[in-house]
Amino acid sequence: MSRRAAIQCTRIAIAIIGVGLLEALCRSGIINERTMIPPSEMAGAMIGLLASGEITGDIARTFSTVALAFVIAVALGFATGAVLHEFRRARRAADPLLASYYAVPVFVFYPLLVALFGLNILPLVAIGVLAAAPAMTIGTLTGFDRVPRVLRKVARAHRLGAARTLFLVVLPAAMPGLLGGLKLALAYAFIGVIAGEFILSSGGLGYGIAFAYDSFDNRGMYGRMLFVLLVAIVANGILAAWETRLLHRRTRA
Amino acid sequence: MIGTRTLDALVVGVVLLVVWEALFAWAGAVAITPPLATFRYAIGLLGSGFFWSNAAATMEAFAAALAIAAVGGVALGIALGLRRFASDVAEPILASLYTIPKVTLYPVMLLVFGLGISAKVAFGVIHGIVPITLTTLAAVKAIPPVYVRAARAMRLTPWQTAVRVLAPAALPEIVGGLRIGFSITLLGVLIGEMFASQRGLGFLILNGIGSHNVPMTTAVTLLVIVFAVAANGALLMLDRR
Repeated sequence: MSRRAAIQCTRIAIAIIGVGLLEALCRSGIINERTMIPPSEMAGAMIGLLASGEITGDIARTFSTVALAFVIAVALGFATGAVLHEFRRARRAADPLLASYYAVPVFVFYPLLVALFGLNILPLVAIGVLAAAPAMTIGTLTGFDRVPRVLRKVARAHRLGAARTLFLVVLPAAMPGLLGGLKLALAYAFIGVIAGEFILSSGGLGYGIAFAYDSFDNRGMYGRMLFVLLVAIVANGILAAWETRLLHRRTRA
Repeated sequence: MIGTRTLDALVVGVVLLVVWEALFAWAGAVAITPPLATFRYAIGLLGSGFFWSNAAATMEAFAAALAIAAVGGVALGIALGLRRFASDVAEPILASLYTIPKVTLYPVMLLVFGLGISAKVAFGVIHGIVPITLTTLAAVKAIPPVYVRAARAMRLTPWQTAVRVLAPAALPEIVGGLRIGFSITLLGVLIGEMFASQRGLGFLILNGIGSHNVPMTTAVTLLVIVFAVAANGALLMLDRR
């Protein structure tokens, strides 16, 4: 068995043992049924919710909000990063802001955003953008910084225009940094939107979880929770696999 | 004469204040209070016992959560980082734990720990421990193997190796990890207070919304930001040394 296969198997074994242990603890009554339902029932509840179409509307609402926030955050973050990279002085002035940005619990702005935009989808999009855009800016700066100077010289030697230099030389060379930014931006947008729905909202998956908690509906709560966690893990896994392949190709080249 | 750096910092500060003032002009007093009024209100808050009892509730939960996350995360990071296989297995698991929206788990914390400070602490810990573990793990993995071999040659016990060799060698990255862990733990505690709590700064912010006390929400938000940025600045300075 190769080393990679061994690592994969161990990881799967850990997951199976963890879920099995939880199942046993719940079934034996060591974990109270009112505290947590067994994982098999969580999965059953999730499938039931999906099949009955009960959460289809919530899913559509949450994911369209996340998608909108992600797209805006990436565009805004990338543009800011690209501009800051060009202007040294602006960048030096913005550096302390970027360094301490994630120290501010961005979430404290959410109630203000609700007051600004009203209780609809806009404050959720805004909090997603606020959480995700700086990660993209930082990723863009990291990516652009790592473009070897010789590549820019090559572009100049070939007399490429600004647009072609950007698309044919700079962007591909900056890809690892950009991808890191994208990965974080997606995760942060998702976290921001779900957290917003959870605290103060009138719909969406996060709201559904909070609502189920408030009405002692454990099956509904754990079913939705499992769904959100699975989506986050799968999305992150896909991006991570893409990143690994890209880096792999780069080191071979 | 002031240097260009100071000038730039001043410009950034002024721009932020202008944006704030513009938000006020756009949204009005039902949503946000303007800078000057907020500063005045915040100073008034700082003189009141009411504010400090809530701040103390937050700080108590935050200090406990940060202590557990820091000690647990560093210990776990060192233990995993020393074993190549274990760290290869654990790293992607931890990375995906880092990206899941942990808010959704808050009801579980409440059901397990009950309403009260322990749920807030636990929630802060699950936020903060993962990034601290990940950075420590990466830092320990990057330690030149010759250090570990030297420790073995000197027949240090595992504990001595960790304290005398590994921790000093990985210290800069660990401080960086603690800086991230600090802010994420604070975020966790505040979100916990916003969702289900009767005391604390997160509760004050959300309560201000519920009772249309806009000056309160804006001022407490400002104070939380000032605290977070000041602490982050102090840790950054420590990081650079």
